[in-house]
Amino acid sequence: MAGLALKVGLRDMFLEGSRHVSELGGYATVSGSEAWVDALNLKHKELNDLLREVVSQGARDITVKNVFGQRYIGTRLNGIFGCKVNLSIFGTAGNDLGAFLNGQKLTIYGNAQDGVGNTMNEGEIIVHGKAGDVAAMSMRGGKIFIRNNVGYRTAIHMKEYNDKIPVLVIGGTAQDFFGEYMAGGIVILLGLGLAEGKNHNANYVGTGMHGGVIFVRGNIEKSQLGKDVGIYATDDRDMEIVRQYSGEFAQRFGLDTEEILQGQFRKILPLSKRPYGSIYAY
Amino acid sequence: MAGYERKNSERYLPDQGREACGLFGVMNTSGKRFPGNVAISAIKNIKVRGNGLGGGFAVYGIYPDYKDYYALHIMFENKRREVKTVVERYLTENFNVAYDEQIPTNPQVSLFHPPLVWRYFVTPEKKGDEKDFSDDEFVVDKVMHINTSIDDAYVFSSGKNMGVFKGVGFPDEIADYFLLDKLYEGYIWTVHSRFPTNTPGWWGGAHPFSILDWTVVHNGEISSYGTNRRFLEMYGYYCTLYTDTEVMAYAVDFLMRRQGLPIEVVSKIFAPPMWDTIDQMREKEKRLNTTLRMVYGPLLLNGPFTVIVARHNEMFGITDRIRLRPITAGAKDDMVYLSSEEAAIRSVAPDLDFAWTPHGGNPVVVRMNSTDHLLSMDNSI
Repeated sequence: MAGLALKVGLRDMFLEGSRHVSELGGYATVSGSEAWVDALNLKHKELNDLLREVVSQGARDITVKNVFGQRYIGTRLNGIFGCKVNLSIFGTAGNDLGAFLNGQKLTIYGNAQDGVGNTMNEGEIIVHGKAGDVAAMSMRGGKIFIRNNVGYRTAIHMKEYNDKIPVLVIGGTAQDFFGEYMAGGIVILLGLGLAEGKNHNANYVGTGMHGGVIFVRGNIEKSQLGKDVGIYATDDRDMEIVRQYSGEFAQRFGLDTEEILQGQFRKILPLSKRPYGSIYAY
Repeated sequence: MAGYERKNSERYLPDQGREACGLFGVMNTSGKRFPGNVAISAIKNIKVRGNGLGGGFAVYGIYPDYKDYYALHIMFENKRREVKTVVERYLTENFNVAYDEQIPTNPQVSLFHPPLVWRYFVTPEKKGDEKDFSDDEFVVDKVMHINTSIDDAYVFSSGKNMGVFKGVGFPDEIADYFLLDKLYEGYIWTVHSRFPTNTPGWWGGAHPFSILDWTVVHNGEISSYGTNRRFLEMYGYYCTLYTDTEVMAYAVDFLMRRQGLPIEVVSKIFAPPMWDTIDQMREKEKRLNTTLRMVYGPLLLNGPFTVIVARHNEMFGITDRIRLRPITAGAKDDMVYLSSEEAAIRSVAPDLDFAWTPHGGNPVVVRMNSTDHLLSMDNSI
């Protein structure tokens, strides 16, 4: 009986009932290089199909309203048209926002959920709210700016290669396993909303980290760090990097760079490039 | 399940389920009852978290006319009338059955292999030594008997003035099938969209799981299932539904009803702080946490999970201590929401006063006529 249910009952939760893009004309208006999309009641695939459709009609600046958790927004705009697209998204962006993003610019006026910029290669994501867990997971290029807080395992296994250096700037604080297994890239945690004398939320920061750098503004205790990282004073070269990306952050959210830079910054670095080398190497 | 399958169950059925399900719960903290459309729309928003192999609802406050009677929702698999006769003989031996009926269903909704689902409103008829037991204890004992000893009969829920409706299908189809948005109003609705991956998708395996008025909906995998189950069996709880979540329902009944512990303590048993965190605590807190880990170690829930647990006047959501599954809470006036995704809450309550994600292992406790749920905003994002 149970076996039969598995065979007969299995359904496609993504595609079942989703309409062809030719039936979705009523949800979009294109005018020259601009387009407006109403995502209310659109399924994941329908919305992403529609975004491709309006880009193919020449739209480069697209405003999407009434987003309620649709996933993979921006992912399927990669490459095919050879153009850069600006997406302005109003609502709550769904999981894997901008996954594999390759050059597009996404601005979210609202909160984002889990997996923002998953394996993103190039482009920019700006979130005027908070982001959920695993933001910037496996990110390998481009920039992400998040105005408020982030959840667990932010920047997990972020990586860099030659000139591909991903940048993630967070305005608020983070929850646990921040920078877990991080292998490269630049992460800046600004702690702008932290109350006086309060530490950052995150524990087990940088567990398994073996590359890249995390700059932290605001207090973080040694006991909050994972075993694989140390915390150090910044030097002039570090502060150049911090100034540049804090400035870009401030500019996007209408904040004052100098005010941000008045805070004390420190940097978290891995103690080893191969923390598990002695365990798994034979 | 047929008898021959039961004999082989240990060999053929894995003792754990890996799932990536969708959860939603909503409670009116003033106790006002409302229809099902909120929960149904919200779970439709996160449809892709399930795969149509299980959906279900728990609703509190639905039987005001029979509020002093235990409402037994009983499923008869394969619609076997002869099993129903056996169960009813057992019920009349042990209970006073005030009223019973088939749970109304919509014949126009076609679901896979639906069982016969009947409800009985009963009061215990205790005999001899049984009079030493509380009514609740008596009911648990009889529910366990039906689940373990009568083939093809399973008790979906056994609380007063509440009920569980579940089956194989997407949750909105289950709602249509049981006419939930037309027939019932409740002040708590929890709902589950199932994505079973290594235990069967069958009617009894859909969530919520329930004993008395406790219900549990769960996303994740309780990899400590074997240890938890062995411990609970010593206290008369038997797992018969082939999925890990079942232990959670019995564990909350054991810890909160029998042992009288509040959820704030129970959450430290299910998702205890790491030892190195305990080491840094103040002496009193350290002693409490160490004691809990010693006494209730076998009820530590290992593996990734988010659950929403409810009973009358209370609903709480909690994740595992390193939050390997997501949860978001939202509040608007006297409505409080818990969900796997913020978007599901926003889709039914766009103008929230608050939306927050608590720290792993830190419960969001929603209580009647209280704002306790806001306490979980500490260290949240």
